[in-house]
Amino acid sequence: MYRILREILKNGLKTEREPSPDASLRVSPAKQSGEVLATLGNALAIRHVDAGSCNGCELEIHALNNPCYRLEGLGMGFVASPRHADMLLVTGPVSKHMEEALQRTYDAMPEPRLVVAIGDCGKNGGVFCRRKNYACKGGVSSVIPVDVEVPGCPPEPAAILQGILSAFRT
Amino acid sequence: MNSMNFEGMVKMACAAPIWTVEAEGESWRKMAKACADQGGRLVSIWGSEAAEGFVVFAACVFSEGMLISRCSAVDGKFASLADIFPCAARMQRAVHDMLGARCEGEDERPWLSHGIWPPFPLRKSYDPELDFAPAGGNYPFVAVEGEGVHEIAVGPVHAGIIEPGHFRFQVVGEKVLRLEERLGYKHKGVEKALEGLMQNEGAELAARISGDSTVAYSWAYAMALEALCGVTVSTRAGFLRGIFLERERIVNHLADLGALGNDAGFSFGLAQFSAIREDMLRISKEHFGHRLLMDIVVPGGVSKDIDVKAREAILAECASVREKVLILREIYADHTGLQDRFLATGKVESGLAAKLGLTGLAGRASRNACDLREDHPHAPYDKLDVSMATHHGGDVAARVSVRFDEILESLRLVRAMLEMMPEGEIAREIPGCSGFGAGWVEGFRGEVLLTLEVEKGVIRRAHAHDPSWQNWPALEFAVIGNIVADFPLINKSFNLSYSGHDL
Repeated sequence: MYRILREILKNGLKTEREPSPDASLRVSPAKQSGEVLATLGNALAIRHVDAGSCNGCELEIHALNNPCYRLEGLGMGFVASPRHADMLLVTGPVSKHMEEALQRTYDAMPEPRLVVAIGDCGKNGGVFCRRKNYACKGGVSSVIPVDVEVPGCPPEPAAILQGILSAFRT
Repeated sequence: MNSMNFEGMVKMACAAPIWTVEAEGESWRKMAKACADQGGRLVSIWGSEAAEGFVVFAACVFSEGMLISRCSAVDGKFASLADIFPCAARMQRAVHDMLGARCEGEDERPWLSHGIWPPFPLRKSYDPELDFAPAGGNYPFVAVEGEGVHEIAVGPVHAGIIEPGHFRFQVVGEKVLRLEERLGYKHKGVEKALEGLMQNEGAELAARISGDSTVAYSWAYAMALEALCGVTVSTRAGFLRGIFLERERIVNHLADLGALGNDAGFSFGLAQFSAIREDMLRISKEHFGHRLLMDIVVPGGVSKDIDVKAREAILAECASVREKVLILREIYADHTGLQDRFLATGKVESGLAAKLGLTGLAGRASRNACDLREDHPHAPYDKLDVSMATHHGGDVAARVSVRFDEILESLRLVRAMLEMMPEGEIAREIPGCSGFGAGWVEGFRGEVLLTLEVEKGVIRRAHAHDPSWQNWPALEFAVIGNIVADFPLINKSFNLSYSGHDL
């Protein structure tokens, strides 16, 4: 126990200031009022769905839980069910094998709900969809309505956090 | 002297020791059997459409290296290797899904295909717009019957930040009687997408086969292309690749060790390990332009050099990571609650591991020891005397221990490589060429293989193999007799790739 406490004290607080929201990341007009969005943002519950990514975006989403970004310190957290979620965070070019699962996850979410597509793949299929691909839909918005898109391959944790914030802070 | 001596064996001009051979008729199985008799292993099976018809390839490892045998699939049929190497079964099902060549008398259920896109995408005449009847009905899982047995279906969307796949548990009370996996959800047509690309263009896609192993796959792709074109990379480029690959191994192991602590309720571990990882990723970003080192290993060499500043930063980082990891290792070892969850959980005995062909890190933790960096070292590992980490336990604790050992060894290797690395060019031009090449690299999870058929600088067929193919079936055995609640911990201790497997 002593050593655990010593390590915690030695390493101290690493948390950095969160990035400012960027309105240009929004790809469709907000369907909710500013008041509703602000309320959601006070304690945002996020559900993640990997719709066929290479796993690179997941590594960077994981990083949001590390002490530098400390997502939970902002009152946000990942939840285990879409029924508990305010926001869907989707990665990948949407493989056709994940299309139904993505749609059903979205359908299971209560209103009001937000969708953030992560990475170049989530935006438009990225490197997998430069040419027609029999196995991919090519971007999250080809399956469900998207509020915010965060480009990058993979986008860095600060950019992902900025995308999340941009969905409800204006 | 070569312990395997078949007529027509040709050594590839590859950095790794790889031979190719035609294996028509009976010799297809004979060669696989010869490798197995030596204690060798199957790495991969894949198919291709050649001018004369369908052909299948098998890559087996024997004492001196890898033997890639090629056999015609006459009338779209080929002989199964699943009785020699059980891990062949799913690969053979995938050959049918992708190409339509089949082993008769074997499990005929689809594996990668979910019946949503038209069949056999790797055929040259494939028409993705073809009007076809999607497969209906449910996948026929094997069910356990009896009093009190019930079924738990998990996935494809899991309760965390994880890749998708489906797990079907047959359970009595809390105890797992049987697990069956259903994968393929992430299939995104990578091998087909590689076809028709210029030989250098394919590198970008290869780097995204499995994001956590981007250096390993980029290197395997580059090695395959260099073998095919007869290009040798500079000594400096070889060392740079080694440094990048070891950095990838370290950051992945750090993430896993943190996540394993967290899965056992010790969130301190996640906070500490993820902070060390973050520091390393930031150094990669600062000096090499990408946190995960994507597109840094390129055909012909590397795209980023290590300058004096980067060298100093990495040396300082090695020292600080080592110090922190040693402290955390002690804390993990002395934490009774943690060890109670790790010990005897998800055990794969060494005999079973050998039979199933358990490979990579998980194999080494079950005394099924293989590590290319020690067994068949190519540059720069041939100058480094790598010490393979092994453990006899076969449980979660053993896989944790191997990760700790490998981090420390990789830190030593990085320092040694920085010391030994000569000056020199970092990349060479690769001319457009034709032929068959293979690249074989020990990623953090295990050995990855990438093969290329190229015609006048254009990719005709590419195949990528992830060690997860071998280890996913072993996971089904590892959970038997454990409680359902330990599955996430056991699964994490293997940390298998879905993307690299589903392709």
